[in-house]
Amino acid sequence: MDISIALILGQDGITNGAIYALLALALVLVFAVTRVIFIQQGEFVAYGALTLAMMQGGSVPATVWLLLAMGVLVTLFDGAAALRSGQARKALGVAGWNLAYPLALAGLFAVVPVASLPLFAHVVLTLAIVVPMGPMMYRLMYQPIASAPVLILLIVSVALHIAMVGLGLLFFGAEGQRTPAFSEASFDLGPLLITGQTLWVLVVSALLIVALYQFFERTLYGKALRATAINRVGAQLMGISPALAGKLTFLLAAFIGALSGVLIAPITTIYYDTGFLIALKGFVAAIIGGLASYPLAALGALAVGLLEAFASFWASAYKEVIVFTLIIPVLLWRSLSTHHVEEEE
Amino acid sequence: MKLRRTLLATIGLAFAATAAQAEIKVGVVLSATGPAASLGIPERNTVSLLPATIGGEPVRYIVLDDASDTTTAVKNARKLVAEDKVDVLVGSTTSPASLAMIDVAAETQTPMISMAASARIVAPMDDKKRWIFKTPQNDKQMASAIIEHMSANKVKTVSFIGFANAYGEGWHEQFKQLAEGAGIRIVANERFNPADTSVTGQALKLMSAKPDAVFIAGSGTPAALPQKTLRERGYKGPVYQTHGVANNDFLRICGKDCEGTLLPVGPVQMARSLPDSNPVRASALAYVEKYEAANGAGTVSSFGAYAWDAGVLLEAAAPNALKAAKPGTAEFRAALRDALESVKEVAGATGIYSMSADDHLGLDERSRVMIEIRNGTWSLLK
Repeated sequence: MDISIALILGQDGITNGAIYALLALALVLVFAVTRVIFIQQGEFVAYGALTLAMMQGGSVPATVWLLLAMGVLVTLFDGAAALRSGQARKALGVAGWNLAYPLALAGLFAVVPVASLPLFAHVVLTLAIVVPMGPMMYRLMYQPIASAPVLILLIVSVALHIAMVGLGLLFFGAEGQRTPAFSEASFDLGPLLITGQTLWVLVVSALLIVALYQFFERTLYGKALRATAINRVGAQLMGISPALAGKLTFLLAAFIGALSGVLIAPITTIYYDTGFLIALKGFVAAIIGGLASYPLAALGALAVGLLEAFASFWASAYKEVIVFTLIIPVLLWRSLSTHHVEEEE
Repeated sequence: MKLRRTLLATIGLAFAATAAQAEIKVGVVLSATGPAASLGIPERNTVSLLPATIGGEPVRYIVLDDASDTTTAVKNARKLVAEDKVDVLVGSTTSPASLAMIDVAAETQTPMISMAASARIVAPMDDKKRWIFKTPQNDKQMASAIIEHMSANKVKTVSFIGFANAYGEGWHEQFKQLAEGAGIRIVANERFNPADTSVTGQALKLMSAKPDAVFIAGSGTPAALPQKTLRERGYKGPVYQTHGVANNDFLRICGKDCEGTLLPVGPVQMARSLPDSNPVRASALAYVEKYEAANGAGTVSSFGAYAWDAGVLLEAAAPNALKAAKPGTAEFRAALRDALESVKEVAGATGIYSMSADDHLGLDERSRVMIEIRNGTWSLLK
């Protein structure tokens, strides 16, 4: 190995690591606020990428119908509850967000020919379709059992993961998809070939991390989420709705997942079940951060990306083994220092 | 009450069995659902096109789905033999299921024609595998086509990258063996997972060995990733792929990066562009036209051809067996086995079958052609 190969591998590792970092942050966030291990994070990546690919292919993405179905269910539950308690205005609001919005999207697809829209509009539409599934999923699946033990929440996550993979196969088919790059630009930097898409991934990841930081430090909603993460009961006593915190968290997680999918779809081939492996690597990074520390999780994600890149050069047959073995020393170290973690809680 | 109903049903079944004694029964096990469905569905579609009478006797095809599951395949085979008393088994779609069905076929002395690729289904020949035949080419036939092309184009060193599973390992083994014989050196040997999102590390390793050519042993669209990465990193040399990528989704994913890719395929895929002198052209074209008339243009695949060739073999062998015994008897099954073993120069859609006691596949180099991806489509190499 010479220096140029090391540089290229480093670049590859950092690009992948940036995506893992985003997913790891979302995993840590979801766990901290709702205690849910968000296994289906990867499916949001795949749904984002494949929804975009379907629109690029000129067809109406099937995920719209899933959004509509979920919206109808939420409207039935929440709308009925609101009507029963005589809050007609609230019922109207529920129907507006959960029923009128998906219907409007479906109507848009019926009126506007998908293929004629530019790439940017496709990206916006993809996010508009996939991201609301996050809060709807929280409302339907997790909110009714919000106080259940972590294990039950984990089992629900596994079930949802399997259901989403199955639906993904139904929606997108078994074959992989690729989307065109955001920019075809590429330039040489010494031995490195830097493509426009790589820059997009890095810049968007960095911007998103800064934006999340600002959100949690500066805004009321961000502070409410942090408060819930630190002390759920205390936050509730201060008037922060746990249901709202949960939905907001899932909204952010779904947004990060779908955006990651849109970013990597031009770099690699995405299949309906690709998301799981990507999210699993984000999960390794989140574990490195103890499912609690954002900076550690982000650093862990970069380490996973770099380790993966170099392992694929040195011993390609054992790449996954090497990456996932990383979790053992981390867990060992974590369990040796468990005592302190318990004290902190 | 329940006992009486069961008795009645049994008697009824016995009558039904005697009444239907005169026809040849073919029990088909295939994977119409599950992970191997993309292979099993064209096979199922093909069964309905198989000959309705052979040697003047009507043929009945009983199709059972094994859902790509080995246990179900064995259960289905037992059911077909025990309840339906079939004269011959066809199936299954996948190699593991076919290997598991060998025991059933040998135990009940029923000839079986597999539609799966693994060479181990019919080799090495033993007492059980006497009853087993298969129609798809071995990897060896495909690998030898690549080696021949490499030798003809003065390729001396090759970088190999394959799936990190049985497919990649199997190809590596076959390819290494044949390459050594032809004096071609494998200078790099890498693996990747079908689900990988980046193969940059492997691609750099492949290129740093400075090979004359790169050989990618993967199937379907995941095999496009190494090739795209190689081109992106500036590799300009020839790239070989296996017949596992010969579908249109691969072209769609790989785009202009796959221009010039070389690969071996069965003749069915290229039936229309085969020269008139090709011995398989007429029989392959006959299948393609029949299949596409029933299922629409451009739908034909090599998998359905494996089922078709099972029918071709039966059509060639069964008349001889009919001379020896009546269908539905053990004698007929034994005679059918002997007849299958002695078919000579029978032209199917996959190639020309000439069986012998040691070779229950019977295909030779006429069972594949080398093709190139040119202008975004497959084109035959002269």
